[in-house]
Amino acid sequence: MGANRVKPAEEPVIDMHHVDKSFKGHQVLKGIELRIMPGRTRVILGLSGSGKTVLMKHMIGLFRPDAGQIMVDGEDITAMNSAELLNIRRKFGMVFQQAALFDSMTVVENVAFPLREHTKLSEADIMAQAHEKLALVGLMDALQKFPSELSGGMRKRVGLARAVVLKPKVVLYDEPTTGLDPITTENVDHMILDAKEQLGVTSVVISHDVGSTLRIADDIAVIHEGVIVEDCLASEIRQSEHPFVQKFLKTWFEK
Amino acid sequence: MGSMARWTKPVEQLGDWFIGLLMSLGEFAKFTAHAVWLMVRHPWRFRLFMRQAEFVGAGSMFIVVLTGIFTGAVFTLQTVNALQRVGMESMVGTTVVLAVARELGPVLTALMVTGRVGSSMATELGTMRVTEQIDAMEVMAVDPIRYLVIPRLIACLLMVPALTLIFDAVAAMGSYAVAIGLLDIDQGSYLSRIEWYVDPADVVHGVYKAIVFGGFMALVGCYKGYHAEGGARGVGVATTQAVVIGSIGVFMLDYMLTSVLLAWGQIE
Ligand SMILES: Nc1ncnc2c1ncn2[C@@H]1O[C@H](COP(=O)(O)OP(=O)(O)OP(=O)(O)O)[C@@H](O)[C@H]1O
Ligand SMILES: [Mg+2]
Repeated sequence: MGANRVKPAEEPVIDMHHVDKSFKGHQVLKGIELRIMPGRTRVILGLSGSGKTVLMKHMIGLFRPDAGQIMVDGEDITAMNSAELLNIRRKFGMVFQQAALFDSMTVVENVAFPLREHTKLSEADIMAQAHEKLALVGLMDALQKFPSELSGGMRKRVGLARAVVLKPKVVLYDEPTTGLDPITTENVDHMILDAKEQLGVTSVVISHDVGSTLRIADDIAVIHEGVIVEDCLASEIRQSEHPFVQKFLKTWFEK
Repeated sequence: MGSMARWTKPVEQLGDWFIGLLMSLGEFAKFTAHAVWLMVRHPWRFRLFMRQAEFVGAGSMFIVVLTGIFTGAVFTLQTVNALQRVGMESMVGTTVVLAVARELGPVLTALMVTGRVGSSMATELGTMRVTEQIDAMEVMAVDPIRYLVIPRLIACLLMVPALTLIFDAVAAMGSYAVAIGLLDIDQGSYLSRIEWYVDPADVVHGVYKAIVFGGFMALVGCYKGYHAEGGARGVGVATTQAVVIGSIGVFMLDYMLTSVLLAWGQIE
Protein backbone atom coordinates (compact mmCIF):
# COMPACT_ATOMS: atom_id res chain seq x y z
CA MET A 1 0.00 0.00 0.00
CA GLY A 2 2.33 2.75 -1.21
CA ALA A 3 1.64 6.35 -0.31
CA ASN A 4 0.36 8.68 -2.98
CA ARG A 5 3.40 9.65 -5.01
CA VAL A 6 2.76 13.26 -5.96
CA LYS A 7 4.39 16.59 -5.35
CA PRO A 8 4.25 17.06 -1.57
CA ALA A 9 3.51 20.78 -1.91
CA GLU A 10 0.01 20.07 -3.18
CA GLU A 11 -2.92 19.82 -0.79
CA PRO A 12 -5.33 16.98 -1.53
CA VAL A 13 -8.83 17.99 -2.64
CA ILE A 14 -10.29 15.14 -0.64
CA ASP A 15 -8.44 13.52 2.23
CA MET A 16 -10.07 10.57 3.98
CA HIS A 17 -8.41 9.52 7.18
CA HIS A 18 -9.26 6.29 8.97
CA VAL A 19 -12.90 6.28 7.92
CA ASP A 20 -15.17 3.56 9.33
CA LYS A 21 -18.79 2.96 8.41
CA SER A 22 -21.24 0.24 9.42
CA PHE A 23 -24.84 -0.40 8.50
CA LYS A 24 -26.82 -2.30 11.12
CA GLY A 25 -23.77 -4.10 12.49
CA HIS A 26 -22.30 -4.85 9.04
CA GLN A 27 -19.03 -2.97 8.64
CA VAL A 28 -18.75 -1.70 5.07
CA LEU A 29 -15.73 0.63 5.33
CA LYS A 30 -12.78 -0.28 7.51
CA GLY A 31 -10.17 2.36 8.22
CA ILE A 32 -10.20 3.96 4.77
CA GLU A 33 -7.16 6.09 3.94
CA LEU A 34 -7.51 7.84 0.60
CA ARG A 35 -6.36 11.08 -0.96
CA ILE A 36 -7.64 12.68 -4.11
CA MET A 37 -5.10 15.10 -5.56
CA PRO A 38 -6.11 18.21 -7.54
CA GLY A 39 -6.31 17.96 -11.31
CA ARG A 40 -5.95 14.22 -11.34
CA THR A 41 -8.29 11.39 -12.19
CA ARG A 42 -8.59 8.73 -9.55
CA VAL A 43 -10.27 5.45 -10.47
CA ILE A 44 -11.67 3.20 -7.74
CA LEU A 45 -11.85 -0.46 -8.59
CA GLY A 46 -13.47 -3.25 -6.62
CA LEU A 47 -15.98 -6.04 -6.64
CA SER A 48 -19.70 -5.46 -6.56
CA GLY A 49 -20.75 -4.81 -2.98
CA SER A 50 -17.24 -3.95 -1.80
CA GLY A 51 -18.27 -0.47 -0.66
CA LYS A 52 -17.33 1.79 -3.59
CA THR A 53 -20.59 3.70 -3.69
CA VAL A 54 -20.65 4.08 0.07
CA LEU A 55 -17.08 5.41 -0.07
CA MET A 56 -17.98 7.95 -2.74
CA LYS A 57 -21.06 9.16 -0.88
CA HIS A 58 -18.84 9.89 2.12
CA MET A 59 -16.74 12.24 -0.01
CA ILE A 60 -19.71 14.52 -0.56
CA GLY A 61 -21.35 14.19 2.84
CA LEU A 62 -24.33 12.03 1.85
CA PHE A 63 -23.15 9.55 4.47
CA ARG A 64 -21.45 10.47 7.71
CA PRO A 65 -18.67 8.19 8.93
CA ASP A 66 -18.92 6.38 12.26
CA ALA A 67 -15.30 7.30 12.88
CA GLY A 68 -12.51 9.09 11.05
CA GLN A 69 -12.04 12.36 9.24
CA ILE A 70 -12.91 13.58 5.76
CA MET A 71 -11.26 16.81 4.67
CA VAL A 72 -12.45 18.63 1.56
CA ASP A 73 -10.15 21.48 0.51
CA GLY A 74 -8.75 21.47 4.03
CA GLU A 75 -12.13 21.61 5.80
CA ASP A 76 -13.45 18.75 7.88
CA ILE A 77 -16.89 17.91 6.48
CA THR A 78 -17.75 15.30 9.10
CA ALA A 79 -18.60 17.97 11.65
CA MET A 80 -20.53 20.24 9.29
CA ASN A 81 -24.22 21.04 9.53
CA SER A 82 -26.41 20.78 6.47
CA ALA A 83 -26.07 24.45 5.50
CA GLU A 84 -22.27 24.26 5.54
CA LEU A 85 -22.39 21.03 3.56
CA LEU A 86 -24.53 22.65 0.88
CA ASN A 87 -21.84 25.27 0.51
CA ILE A 88 -19.06 22.71 0.10
CA ARG A 89 -21.10 20.85 -2.47
CA ARG A 90 -21.05 23.74 -4.89
CA LYS A 91 -17.58 22.57 -5.82
CA PHE A 92 -18.86 19.12 -6.74
CA GLY A 93 -20.76 17.36 -9.44
CA MET A 94 -21.85 13.77 -9.05
CA VAL A 95 -23.10 11.10 -11.42
CA PHE A 96 -25.21 8.58 -9.51
CA GLN A 97 -25.00 4.88 -10.27
CA GLN A 98 -28.74 4.83 -11.01
CA ALA A 99 -28.68 8.33 -12.58
CA ALA A 100 -31.15 9.74 -9.98
CA LEU A 101 -32.81 12.02 -12.52
CA PHE A 102 -35.79 14.13 -11.46
CA ASP A 103 -38.61 12.10 -12.94
CA SER A 104 -41.06 14.99 -12.97
CA MET A 105 -38.79 17.01 -15.28
CA THR A 106 -37.84 16.55 -18.92
CA VAL A 107 -34.29 15.70 -19.93
CA VAL A 108 -33.41 19.29 -20.77
CA GLU A 109 -34.99 20.57 -17.55
CA ASN A 110 -32.93 18.09 -15.55
CA VAL A 111 -29.75 19.46 -17.07
CA ALA A 112 -30.95 23.05 -16.74
CA PHE A 113 -31.83 22.57 -13.05
CA PRO A 114 -28.38 23.35 -11.54
CA LEU A 115 -28.08 26.40 -13.81
CA ARG A 116 -31.48 27.69 -12.76
CA GLU A 117 -30.66 27.21 -9.09
CA HIS A 118 -27.16 28.62 -9.01
CA THR A 119 -26.74 31.10 -11.83
CA LYS A 120 -28.51 34.24 -12.92
CA LEU A 121 -28.22 33.38 -16.60
CA SER A 122 -30.97 34.28 -19.02
CA GLU A 123 -33.37 31.61 -20.20
CA ALA A 124 -31.65 31.54 -23.59
CA ASP A 125 -28.20 31.06 -22.06
CA ILE A 126 -29.47 28.31 -19.76
CA MET A 127 -30.96 26.46 -22.72
CA ALA A 128 -27.83 26.96 -24.79
CA GLN A 129 -25.62 25.47 -22.09
CA ALA A 130 -27.96 22.58 -21.38
CA HIS A 131 -28.11 21.80 -25.10
CA GLU A 132 -24.34 21.97 -25.39
CA LYS A 133 -23.86 19.39 -22.63
CA LEU A 134 -26.58 17.14 -24.00
CA ALA A 135 -25.04 17.31 -27.47
CA LEU A 136 -21.77 16.15 -25.93
CA VAL A 137 -23.45 12.96 -24.72
CA GLY A 138 -25.46 12.52 -27.92
CA LEU A 139 -28.91 13.21 -26.56
CA MET A 140 -30.12 16.10 -28.70
CA ASP A 141 -33.08 14.06 -29.94
CA ALA A 142 -34.34 13.30 -26.41
CA LEU A 143 -34.56 16.85 -25.05
CA GLN A 144 -38.26 16.86 -24.28
CA LYS A 145 -38.52 13.26 -23.09
CA PHE A 146 -39.12 12.30 -19.49
CA PRO A 147 -36.64 10.01 -17.68
CA SER A 148 -39.20 7.19 -17.64
CA GLU A 149 -39.13 7.21 -21.45
CA LEU A 150 -35.36 6.69 -21.67
CA SER A 151 -33.17 3.61 -21.72
CA GLY A 152 -30.80 2.98 -18.83
CA GLY A 153 -27.77 4.16 -20.79
CA MET A 154 -29.56 7.31 -21.93
CA ARG A 155 -30.49 8.11 -18.35
CA LYS A 156 -26.91 7.70 -17.29
CA ARG A 157 -25.79 10.12 -19.99
CA VAL A 158 -28.35 12.71 -18.85
CA GLY A 159 -26.90 12.28 -15.35
CA LEU A 160 -23.45 12.94 -16.78
CA ALA A 161 -24.57 16.09 -18.54
CA ARG A 162 -26.30 17.33 -15.40
CA ALA A 163 -23.25 16.69 -13.21
CA VAL A 164 -20.89 18.77 -15.35
CA VAL A 165 -23.16 21.58 -16.49
CA LEU A 166 -21.99 23.95 -13.74
CA LYS A 167 -18.34 23.16 -14.53
CA PRO A 168 -17.54 21.92 -11.02
CA LYS A 169 -13.98 21.63 -9.77
CA VAL A 170 -14.48 18.03 -8.68
CA VAL A 171 -16.68 15.45 -10.38
CA LEU A 172 -17.59 12.12 -8.80
CA TYR A 173 -18.64 9.45 -11.28
CA ASP A 174 -20.30 6.30 -9.93
CA GLU A 175 -19.88 3.82 -12.79
CA PRO A 176 -20.37 6.33 -15.60
CA THR A 177 -19.91 3.77 -18.35
CA THR A 178 -21.46 0.60 -16.95
CA GLY A 179 -24.18 -0.47 -19.35
CA LEU A 180 -23.00 1.76 -22.18
CA ASP A 181 -21.88 0.49 -25.57
CA PRO A 182 -18.13 0.65 -26.39
CA ILE A 183 -18.44 3.73 -28.60
CA THR A 184 -20.40 5.71 -26.05
CA THR A 185 -17.99 4.50 -23.36
CA GLU A 186 -15.12 5.96 -25.32
CA ASN A 187 -17.00 9.25 -25.67
CA VAL A 188 -17.50 9.40 -21.92
CA ASP A 189 -13.82 8.62 -21.35
CA HIS A 190 -12.97 11.53 -23.63
CA MET A 191 -15.31 13.80 -21.71
CA ILE A 192 -13.47 12.99 -18.50
CA LEU A 193 -10.06 13.46 -20.10
CA ASP A 194 -11.06 16.74 -21.77
CA ALA A 195 -12.44 18.11 -18.52
CA LYS A 196 -9.12 17.38 -16.87
CA GLU A 197 -6.93 18.77 -19.63
CA GLN A 198 -8.97 21.85 -20.51
CA LEU A 199 -10.44 22.83 -17.15
CA GLY A 200 -8.18 21.10 -14.62
CA VAL A 201 -11.10 19.16 -13.22
CA THR A 202 -10.42 16.59 -10.52
CA SER A 203 -12.31 13.35 -11.10
CA VAL A 204 -13.09 10.33 -9.00
CA VAL A 205 -14.42 7.47 -11.08
CA ILE A 206 -15.84 4.18 -9.88
CA SER A 207 -15.41 1.64 -12.61
CA HIS A 208 -15.62 -2.06 -13.40
CA ASP A 209 -14.01 -1.57 -16.78
CA VAL A 210 -10.25 -2.09 -16.62
CA GLY A 211 -9.79 -1.00 -20.24
CA SER A 212 -11.40 2.36 -19.69
CA THR A 213 -9.61 2.66 -16.33
CA LEU A 214 -6.22 2.37 -18.01
CA ARG A 215 -7.26 5.04 -20.53
CA ILE A 216 -8.38 7.69 -18.05
CA ALA A 217 -6.72 7.03 -14.69
CA ASP A 218 -3.79 8.91 -13.18
CA ASP A 219 -4.15 7.14 -9.85
CA ILE A 220 -5.93 3.95 -8.93
CA ALA A 221 -7.30 2.66 -5.65
CA VAL A 222 -8.57 -0.88 -5.23
CA ILE A 223 -11.08 -1.56 -2.48
CA HIS A 224 -11.68 -5.08 -1.25
CA GLU A 225 -14.03 -5.98 1.58
CA GLY A 226 -14.06 -2.41 2.84
CA VAL A 227 -10.29 -1.94 2.85
CA ILE A 228 -8.12 -0.07 0.35
CA VAL A 229 -5.75 -2.85 -0.70
CA GLU A 230 -3.90 -0.93 -3.40
CA ASP A 231 -3.25 2.78 -3.88
CA CYS A 232 -0.86 3.62 -6.71
CA LEU A 233 -0.21 5.39 -10.00
CA ALA A 234 -2.14 3.95 -12.91
CA SER A 235 1.09 2.97 -14.61
CA GLU A 236 2.08 0.83 -11.63
CA ILE A 237 -1.12 -1.14 -11.18
CA ARG A 238 0.13 -4.14 -13.20
CA GLN A 239 3.10 -4.50 -10.87
CA SER A 240 0.85 -4.75 -7.84
CA GLU A 241 1.74 -7.62 -5.56
CA HIS A 242 -1.57 -7.83 -3.76
CA PRO A 243 -3.16 -11.21 -4.61
CA PHE A 244 -6.66 -9.75 -4.99
CA VAL A 245 -5.44 -7.06 -7.40
CA GLN A 246 -3.53 -9.63 -9.42
CA LYS A 247 -6.62 -11.79 -9.67
CA PHE A 248 -8.80 -8.80 -10.55
CA LEU A 249 -6.49 -7.77 -13.41
CA LYS A 250 -5.79 -11.30 -14.59
CA THR A 251 -9.44 -12.00 -15.34
CA TRP A 252 -9.48 -8.93 -17.51
CA PHE A 253 -6.18 -9.35 -19.35
CA GLU A 254 -6.97 -12.99 -20.17
CA LYS A 255 -9.91 -11.90 -22.30
CA MET B 1 -35.05 -16.63 35.84
CA GLY B 2 -37.24 -17.92 33.06
CA SER B 3 -40.40 -16.63 34.64
CA MET B 4 -38.70 -13.30 35.30
CA ALA B 5 -37.85 -12.97 31.63
CA ARG B 6 -41.45 -13.69 30.76
CA TRP B 7 -42.50 -10.72 32.81
CA THR B 8 -39.76 -8.28 31.91
CA LYS B 9 -39.89 -8.89 28.18
CA PRO B 10 -43.25 -7.20 27.48
CA VAL B 11 -42.28 -4.35 29.78
CA GLU B 12 -39.03 -3.93 27.92
CA GLN B 13 -40.85 -3.98 24.61
CA LEU B 14 -43.31 -1.39 25.83
CA GLY B 15 -40.37 0.71 27.01
CA ASP B 16 -38.66 0.41 23.63
CA TRP B 17 -41.87 1.31 21.87
CA PHE B 18 -42.33 4.34 24.09
CA ILE B 19 -38.74 5.51 23.63
CA GLY B 20 -39.15 5.01 19.89
CA LEU B 21 -42.31 7.10 19.94
CA LEU B 22 -40.66 9.92 21.88
CA MET B 23 -37.67 9.86 19.54
CA SER B 24 -39.80 10.09 16.42
CA LEU B 25 -41.83 12.87 18.00
CA GLY B 26 -38.54 14.65 18.67
CA GLU B 27 -37.44 14.12 15.06
CA PHE B 28 -40.77 15.44 13.81
CA ALA B 29 -40.50 18.48 16.07
CA LYS B 30 -37.00 19.17 14.71
CA PHE B 31 -38.24 18.80 11.14
CA THR B 32 -41.10 21.20 11.88
CA ALA B 33 -38.85 23.75 13.56
CA HIS B 34 -36.40 23.62 10.65
CA ALA B 35 -39.18 24.05 8.09
CA VAL B 36 -40.80 26.94 9.96
CA TRP B 37 -37.41 28.61 10.39
CA LEU B 38 -36.71 28.35 6.65
CA MET B 39 -40.19 29.57 5.84
CA VAL B 40 -39.87 32.80 7.80
CA ARG B 41 -36.19 33.39 7.12
CA HIS B 42 -36.01 32.98 3.37
CA PRO B 43 -37.99 34.32 0.44
CA TRP B 44 -40.57 31.87 -0.88
CA ARG B 45 -40.11 30.11 -4.17
CA PHE B 46 -43.14 31.62 -5.80
CA ARG B 47 -43.41 29.36 -8.84
CA LEU B 48 -43.05 26.19 -6.78
CA PHE B 49 -45.62 27.53 -4.32
CA MET B 50 -48.10 28.32 -7.11
CA ARG B 51 -47.83 24.81 -8.49
CA GLN B 52 -48.58 23.31 -5.08
CA ALA B 53 -51.33 25.82 -4.33
CA GLU B 54 -53.04 24.82 -7.54
CA PHE B 55 -52.71 21.15 -6.69
CA VAL B 56 -53.93 21.54 -3.11
CA GLY B 57 -56.55 24.25 -3.68
CA ALA B 58 -58.03 23.87 -7.14
CA GLY B 59 -57.42 20.14 -7.13
CA SER B 60 -59.38 19.56 -3.93
CA MET B 61 -62.27 21.90 -4.81
CA PHE B 62 -64.44 19.19 -6.29
CA ILE B 63 -64.30 16.76 -3.35
CA VAL B 64 -64.67 19.58 -0.83
CA VAL B 65 -67.76 20.97 -2.59
CA LEU B 66 -69.37 17.54 -2.77
CA THR B 67 -68.65 16.62 0.85
CA GLY B 68 -69.77 20.11 1.92
CA ILE B 69 -73.16 19.94 0.17
CA PHE B 70 -73.94 16.50 1.51
CA THR B 71 -72.74 17.28 5.01
CA GLY B 72 -75.01 20.35 5.14
CA ALA B 73 -77.92 18.37 3.68
CA VAL B 74 -77.73 15.29 5.86
CA PHE B 75 -77.00 17.27 9.00
CA THR B 76 -80.11 19.31 8.30
CA LEU B 77 -82.24 16.18 7.93
CA GLN B 78 -81.02 14.86 11.27
CA THR B 79 -81.26 18.17 13.07
CA VAL B 80 -84.78 18.93 11.90
CA ASN B 81 -85.82 15.48 13.02
CA ALA B 82 -84.28 16.05 16.43
CA LEU B 83 -85.55 19.62 16.88
CA GLN B 84 -89.07 18.70 15.86
CA ARG B 85 -89.28 16.64 19.03
CA VAL B 86 -88.98 19.86 21.08
CA GLY B 87 -90.76 22.05 18.56
CA MET B 88 -87.79 24.21 17.69
CA GLU B 89 -87.19 23.34 14.05
CA SER B 90 -86.72 27.01 13.15
CA MET B 91 -83.36 26.76 14.95
CA VAL B 92 -82.07 24.28 12.36
CA GLY B 93 -80.16 26.86 10.33
CA THR B 94 -78.36 28.18 13.39
CA THR B 95 -77.45 24.72 14.61
CA VAL B 96 -76.13 23.51 11.28
CA VAL B 97 -74.23 26.64 10.39
CA LEU B 98 -72.62 26.87 13.81
CA ALA B 99 -71.57 23.25 13.84
CA VAL B 100 -70.21 23.45 10.31
CA ALA B 101 -68.35 26.72 10.84
CA ARG B 102 -66.73 25.68 14.10
CA GLU B 103 -66.29 21.91 13.71
CA LEU B 104 -67.38 20.06 10.63
CA GLY B 105 -66.01 22.51 8.08
CA PRO B 106 -62.40 22.54 9.23
CA VAL B 107 -62.29 18.91 10.37
CA LEU B 108 -63.92 17.32 7.32
CA THR B 109 -62.02 19.55 4.91
CA ALA B 110 -58.75 18.67 6.61
CA LEU B 111 -59.59 14.96 6.51
CA MET B 112 -60.46 15.05 2.81
CA VAL B 113 -57.31 17.01 2.00
CA THR B 114 -55.18 14.66 4.12
CA GLY B 115 -56.49 11.70 2.16
CA ARG B 116 -55.86 13.31 -1.17
CA VAL B 117 -52.91 15.67 -0.67
CA GLY B 118 -51.09 14.35 2.41
CA SER B 119 -50.90 10.91 0.85
CA SER B 120 -49.63 12.20 -2.46
CA MET B 121 -46.97 14.33 -0.77
CA ALA B 122 -45.71 11.30 1.13
CA THR B 123 -45.68 9.21 -2.05
CA GLU B 124 -43.98 11.86 -4.13
CA LEU B 125 -41.24 12.70 -1.64
CA GLY B 126 -40.88 9.05 -0.66
CA THR B 127 -40.29 8.04 -4.26
CA MET B 128 -37.79 10.84 -4.66
CA ARG B 129 -36.04 9.65 -1.51
CA VAL B 130 -35.73 5.98 -2.45
CA THR B 131 -34.67 6.74 -6.04
CA GLU B 132 -31.93 9.09 -4.72
CA GLN B 133 -33.52 12.17 -6.27
CA ILE B 134 -33.36 13.94 -2.91
CA ASP B 135 -29.68 12.97 -2.59
CA ALA B 136 -29.09 14.30 -6.09
CA MET B 137 -30.69 17.58 -5.11
CA GLU B 138 -28.47 17.85 -2.04
CA VAL B 139 -25.40 17.10 -4.14
CA MET B 140 -26.41 19.96 -6.43
CA ALA B 141 -26.35 22.17 -3.33
CA VAL B 142 -30.11 22.72 -3.34
CA ASP B 143 -31.77 22.37 0.06
CA PRO B 144 -34.55 19.79 -0.46
CA ILE B 145 -36.49 21.15 2.51
CA ARG B 146 -36.60 24.55 0.88
CA TYR B 147 -37.29 23.22 -2.58
CA LEU B 148 -39.79 20.48 -1.78
CA VAL B 149 -41.25 20.96 1.70
CA ILE B 150 -41.71 24.71 2.12
CA PRO B 151 -43.87 25.25 -1.00
CA ARG B 152 -46.10 22.36 0.07
CA LEU B 153 -46.33 23.64 3.63
CA ILE B 154 -47.26 27.16 2.60
CA ALA B 155 -49.77 25.88 0.06
CA CYS B 156 -51.55 23.85 2.75
CA LEU B 157 -51.40 26.64 5.34
CA LEU B 158 -53.24 28.91 2.91
CA MET B 159 -55.40 26.53 0.92
CA VAL B 160 -56.93 24.41 3.70
CA PRO B 161 -58.55 27.48 5.33
CA ALA B 162 -59.70 28.67 1.91
CA LEU B 163 -61.23 25.27 1.20
CA THR B 164 -62.82 25.32 4.64
CA LEU B 165 -64.59 28.57 3.80
CA ILE B 166 -65.85 27.01 0.60
CA PHE B 167 -67.01 23.98 2.56
CA ASP B 168 -68.85 26.26 5.01
CA ALA B 169 -70.59 28.09 2.16
CA VAL B 170 -71.74 25.04 0.22
CA ALA B 171 -72.77 23.25 3.40
CA ALA B 172 -75.00 26.22 4.20
CA MET B 173 -76.47 25.98 0.72
CA GLY B 174 -77.07 22.27 1.10
CA SER B 175 -78.75 22.90 4.41
CA TYR B 176 -80.90 25.67 2.98
CA ALA B 177 -82.01 23.52 0.07
CA VAL B 178 -83.06 20.64 2.31
CA ALA B 179 -84.65 22.80 5.03
CA ILE B 180 -86.60 25.17 2.79
CA GLY B 181 -87.04 23.10 -0.34
CA LEU B 182 -87.65 19.69 1.14
CA LEU B 183 -88.80 20.04 4.73
CA ASP B 184 -90.85 23.25 4.40
CA ILE B 185 -89.18 25.11 7.22
CA ASP B 186 -90.20 28.76 7.23
CA GLN B 187 -87.62 30.66 5.19
CA GLY B 188 -87.88 33.87 7.16
CA SER B 189 -87.25 32.34 10.55
CA TYR B 190 -84.54 30.00 9.17
CA LEU B 191 -82.54 32.98 7.92
CA SER B 192 -83.25 35.39 10.74
CA ARG B 193 -82.19 32.87 13.36
CA ILE B 194 -78.87 32.40 11.58
CA GLU B 195 -78.38 36.13 11.42
CA TRP B 196 -79.32 36.43 15.07
CA TYR B 197 -77.14 33.77 16.61
CA VAL B 198 -74.18 33.18 14.31
CA ASP B 199 -71.23 35.52 14.63
CA PRO B 200 -68.38 36.03 12.15
CA ALA B 201 -66.14 34.98 15.06
CA ASP B 202 -67.56 31.47 14.70
CA VAL B 203 -66.29 31.28 11.16
CA VAL B 204 -62.93 32.69 12.21
CA HIS B 205 -62.76 30.04 14.94
CA GLY B 206 -63.01 27.40 12.22
CA VAL B 207 -60.46 29.13 10.04
CA TYR B 208 -57.87 29.14 12.84
CA LYS B 209 -58.31 25.42 13.17
CA ALA B 210 -58.04 24.90 9.44
CA ILE B 211 -54.70 26.73 9.33
CA VAL B 212 -53.27 24.45 12.00
CA PHE B 213 -54.72 21.31 10.40
CA GLY B 214 -53.35 22.30 7.00
CA GLY B 215 -49.86 22.90 8.34
CA PHE B 216 -49.93 19.70 10.34
CA MET B 217 -51.01 17.39 7.53
CA ALA B 218 -48.51 18.92 5.11
CA LEU B 219 -45.68 18.45 7.61
CA VAL B 220 -46.68 14.86 8.35
CA GLY B 221 -46.94 13.97 4.66
CA CYS B 222 -43.61 15.60 3.83
CA TYR B 223 -41.86 14.20 6.90
CA LYS B 224 -42.99 10.65 6.20
CA GLY B 225 -42.00 10.89 2.54
CA TYR B 226 -38.71 12.60 3.27
CA HIS B 227 -37.69 9.83 5.65
CA ALA B 228 -39.00 6.90 3.62
CA GLU B 229 -36.63 4.01 3.16
CA GLY B 230 -36.59 0.60 1.56
CA GLY B 231 -38.01 0.82 -1.96
CA ALA B 232 -41.62 0.64 -3.08
CA ARG B 233 -42.76 -1.00 0.13
CA GLY B 234 -41.19 1.79 2.18
CA VAL B 235 -43.01 4.39 0.09
CA GLY B 236 -46.27 2.51 0.69
CA VAL B 237 -45.66 2.48 4.42
CA ALA B 238 -44.87 6.20 4.41
CA THR B 239 -48.08 6.97 2.52
CA THR B 240 -50.26 4.91 4.85
CA GLN B 241 -48.66 6.46 7.91
CA ALA B 242 -49.06 9.95 6.52
CA VAL B 243 -52.80 9.42 6.13
CA VAL B 244 -53.30 7.60 9.43
CA ILE B 245 -51.20 9.96 11.55
CA GLY B 246 -52.51 12.97 9.65
CA SER B 247 -56.15 12.04 10.23
CA ILE B 248 -55.84 10.99 13.85
CA GLY B 249 -53.71 14.06 14.50
CA VAL B 250 -56.44 16.29 13.10
CA PHE B 251 -58.92 14.89 15.64
CA MET B 252 -56.48 15.24 18.52
CA LEU B 253 -55.47 18.76 17.53
CA ASP B 254 -59.14 19.59 17.12
CA TYR B 255 -59.85 18.80 20.75
CA MET B 256 -56.88 20.83 21.99
CA LEU B 257 -57.62 23.79 19.72
CA THR B 258 -61.29 23.79 20.65
CA SER B 259 -60.53 23.98 24.36
CA VAL B 260 -57.98 26.72 23.81
CA LEU B 261 -60.17 28.74 21.45
CA LEU B 262 -63.23 28.45 23.70
CA ALA B 263 -61.28 29.56 26.75
CA TRP B 264 -59.75 32.39 24.77
CA GLY B 265 -63.18 33.43 23.49
CA GLN B 266 -64.44 33.72 27.06
CA ILE B 267 -61.55 35.88 28.17
CA GLU B 268 -62.06 38.40 25.34
N1 LIG C 1 -28.07 2.69 2.66
C1 LIG C 1 -27.57 1.49 3.00
N2 LIG C 1 -28.05 0.84 4.07
C2 LIG C 1 -27.56 -0.35 4.45
N3 LIG C 1 -26.56 -0.98 3.82
C3 LIG C 1 -26.02 -0.40 2.75
C4 LIG C 1 -26.50 0.87 2.28
N4 LIG C 1 -25.78 1.22 1.19
C5 LIG C 1 -24.92 0.21 0.99
N5 LIG C 1 -25.04 -0.77 1.91
C6 LIG C 1 -24.24 -1.98 2.01
O1 LIG C 1 -22.89 -1.62 1.85
C7 LIG C 1 -22.20 -2.56 1.08
C8 LIG C 1 -21.45 -1.87 -0.04
O2 LIG C 1 -22.37 -1.28 -0.92
P1 LIG C 1 -21.93 -0.37 -2.14
O3 LIG C 1 -23.19 0.16 -2.76
O4 LIG C 1 -20.94 0.61 -1.70
O5 LIG C 1 -21.25 -1.41 -3.12
P2 LIG C 1 -20.51 -1.11 -4.49
O6 LIG C 1 -19.07 -1.39 -4.27
O7 LIG C 1 -20.88 0.23 -4.98
O8 LIG C 1 -21.12 -2.25 -5.43
P3 LIG C 1 -21.56 -2.15 -6.98
O9 LIG C 1 -20.33 -2.27 -7.78
O10 LIG C 1 -22.45 -3.34 -7.15
O11 LIG C 1 -22.28 -0.88 -7.15
C9 LIG C 1 -23.21 -3.58 0.62
O12 LIG C 1 -23.06 -4.73 1.40
C10 LIG C 1 -24.55 -2.95 0.91
O13 LIG C 1 -25.45 -3.94 1.34
MG1 LIG D 1 -22.05 1.00 -6.42
